[in-house]
Amino acid sequence: MRFDGYDTEGFYDELFDSQGKPHPGADLLIQRINGLPDTELQRRQKAAERALLNLGITFNVYGSEAQSEKIFPFDIVPRIVQSKEWEVLERGLKQRIKALNCFIDDVYNEQNILKDNIVPTELVLSADGFRKPCVGLKPPGGIWCHITGTDLVRDGSGEFYVLEDNLRCPSGVSYVLENRMIMKRTFPMVFDACSVQPVTDYPSRLLEMLQGLAPHDVRAPVVVVWTPGIYNSAYFEHSFLAQQMGVPLVEGGDLTVHRGEVMMRTTKGLERVDVIYRRIDDDFMDPKAFRSDSMLGVPGLMKAYSKGRVALANAPGTGVADDKAVYAYVPEIINYYLGEEPIIKNVPTYACWRDNDRQYVLENLEKLVVKAVNESGGYGMLVGPHSTAAEREEFAKRIKANPRTYIAQPTLALSRVPVLMDDHFEGRHVDLRPYILYGKESIYVLPGGLTRVALKKGSLVVNSSQGGGSKDTWVLNAEGGTSPESALANEEGL
Amino acid sequence: MLSRVANSIYWLNRYIERAENVARFIDANYHMALDIPGMDSDQWQPLINTTGDHELFKKLYGEATRENAIEFLTFDRNNPNSIYSCVRSARENGRSVREYVSSEMWEQLNTFYLMINDAAKEKTMDLPHQFFVNIMNASHAFIGVTDSTMNHGEGWHFGRMGRMLERADKTTRLLDVKYFILLPSVDYVGSAYDNILWGALLRSASAFEMYRKRHGRIDPKKIVDFLVLDANFPRAVHYCLTTATISMCNITGSPRGTFANKAEQSLGRLLTEFQYASLEEIFENGLHQYLDNTQTRINAVGAAVQDVFFSPKVTETPAIPRAME
Repeated sequence: MRFDGYDTEGFYDELFDSQGKPHPGADLLIQRINGLPDTELQRRQKAAERALLNLGITFNVYGSEAQSEKIFPFDIVPRIVQSKEWEVLERGLKQRIKALNCFIDDVYNEQNILKDNIVPTELVLSADGFRKPCVGLKPPGGIWCHITGTDLVRDGSGEFYVLEDNLRCPSGVSYVLENRMIMKRTFPMVFDACSVQPVTDYPSRLLEMLQGLAPHDVRAPVVVVWTPGIYNSAYFEHSFLAQQMGVPLVEGGDLTVHRGEVMMRTTKGLERVDVIYRRIDDDFMDPKAFRSDSMLGVPGLMKAYSKGRVALANAPGTGVADDKAVYAYVPEIINYYLGEEPIIKNVPTYACWRDNDRQYVLENLEKLVVKAVNESGGYGMLVGPHSTAAEREEFAKRIKANPRTYIAQPTLALSRVPVLMDDHFEGRHVDLRPYILYGKESIYVLPGGLTRVALKKGSLVVNSSQGGGSKDTWVLNAEGGTSPESALANEEGL
Repeated sequence: MLSRVANSIYWLNRYIERAENVARFIDANYHMALDIPGMDSDQWQPLINTTGDHELFKKLYGEATRENAIEFLTFDRNNPNSIYSCVRSARENGRSVREYVSSEMWEQLNTFYLMINDAAKEKTMDLPHQFFVNIMNASHAFIGVTDSTMNHGEGWHFGRMGRMLERADKTTRLLDVKYFILLPSVDYVGSAYDNILWGALLRSASAFEMYRKRHGRIDPKKIVDFLVLDANFPRAVHYCLTTATISMCNITGSPRGTFANKAEQSLGRLLTEFQYASLEEIFENGLHQYLDNTQTRINAVGAAVQDVFFSPKVTETPAIPRAME
């Protein structure tokens, strides 16, 4: 199996430079793969897929039969991030989440940023993620968004941009951990030699952060993970995280509010819950505060929360800063609260509610990516260069009818990585979703994150619901680790 | 532990046990039929009756043949107690408590399901014996993995209690149906066929070898004694009820012989009767009557378990506030 015929086709490639030479740090891996006997890599790819299936690491596809579980397609060639690049990303992500957190707290309390006309008041209050019941809330430590999964992309020049801030219930971290486990089994020697930063302590850090939120002064706070149930597409992740943290996984029916406290129903009666890592949307949490038709919710939960009887991660209402319209203002938000320039840039964004922007968007639809501000998962999107005239016409109509709900961005030449296609490698576009934990003491960025791959040739949509897969992401240690020779010396181990 | 989780672990184990029993029934029946020419078609209806799903079967298939009986009991999704349905339900329950059980248990359960699912797609019944042996092995492996990877705490005891109640129920059903079919042949005690038929009954409960060691010659009454009253044979009703009671006491913390709720009371009372039962009395009052009554009471224990542990009512269980520190 060799990379000989691999062509970067003019895109920025995560493993090779434009001359076809491996990036620093990637050479060891390339040598290793080039040295494998024919079909060995395919064999390992198959073994990895079988392992994922046996472990039941699957997701449910909405709209398909209840029985159809799929493994999240996994490609065996890892993506490598240099330590120098990572240092910048880490600083940039911390800066961004700090500022966004200030913004959320401000919006639900003093609203200074609106009074100072930095972000249009109307835009914020009309955002889909704005929750009236959250006005005046003071979450513990002033932190609203404890767990974030920011989507990053790289363009043709190799520069990173923030594509989306996922501030509600970002998913995917379990795949990071499972992918890593599979890769350690598959390439132990390369792994060791490349000196890859570990990701395995994520569950411990998550638990520590959650325990730190406990409102009651108890020695061993009861933390739970709240899932909508086994038919949720991210159910595997919910149960995986609960298992790795060693805490109960609860459904709405397991919880109840009793004398002002949130309790869970156990075989020995009711037991108090201190911290809830909820993986359920704001809307469904409490039929008394949010959607009254929610069957999954716990009546009275918000009241207990606002009285400080229980902690929620993330706090309700964080979606207001996750709105794609608000996204356009994040550089200003960073500047307003921190007095700093953004370390990682936003993708240039045209806001269709601004007359000039809208006109430009309507005139250049075939070049742009248009997104509905309240959709995610790759739905409600127009990828200009891949669209038909009829689709563009349809979107033009929608934009004119509801300018507030659309933004547009230039079509980025997303960076690519080699993926294994039958008996050779082909380049596919990727993004990167690192995970950030915002605790009372410190902010932690998981070194690595989920690299999502658009497996369809030429496609720019990486979402799992739209034919995306994933790869392990190796953030290298600064020192570089051992020399290539020492790893190559052991032929059997690999 | 969460009531919902306890419920799932309990049912997960019941379903696995049920699948294993159905596999063993089919396997034993299949081999017995091979030994007795011309008997094949008569043997399958009673087997369906053993599972208690004869009405559903009649609606779906009508007359029982070897092929449709095996199909119904093994792969039919419309039969909630087919091996496929049981393993699928077990896995669904397992999926909802993945974070509670060990990864090894989940992986064993998931591979078990994938095996049945693949077989259901292919439906090659060339090697029925090996297939059913694989199912029994997968069930045994699951029990072994459970015992050696999961804390023997509350959840484990709920699982074992479920398995034991299920097994007790299945042994009574097997005996109830088979005994009365085989009874006429008591007149021919000692004949070749007789030994084959009674031997098959014992094999249906994996009891043949252990019975031989305990009682030696095939004797219908001793078979009943062994499958119902033996204290050491792991599929005997008495053994199952004893083990279920030990688990129940571990869950509630009540000393043996006392009770604090309806589930403990009904199980304890049933066990006591088994402890002091004699074969003579059972036959005096009628074996069928006795087995039927036992089944009803095992069901009542199941219902009480459901009620006491899995659907706690907020008003009945006052919250115990934890001390602030």
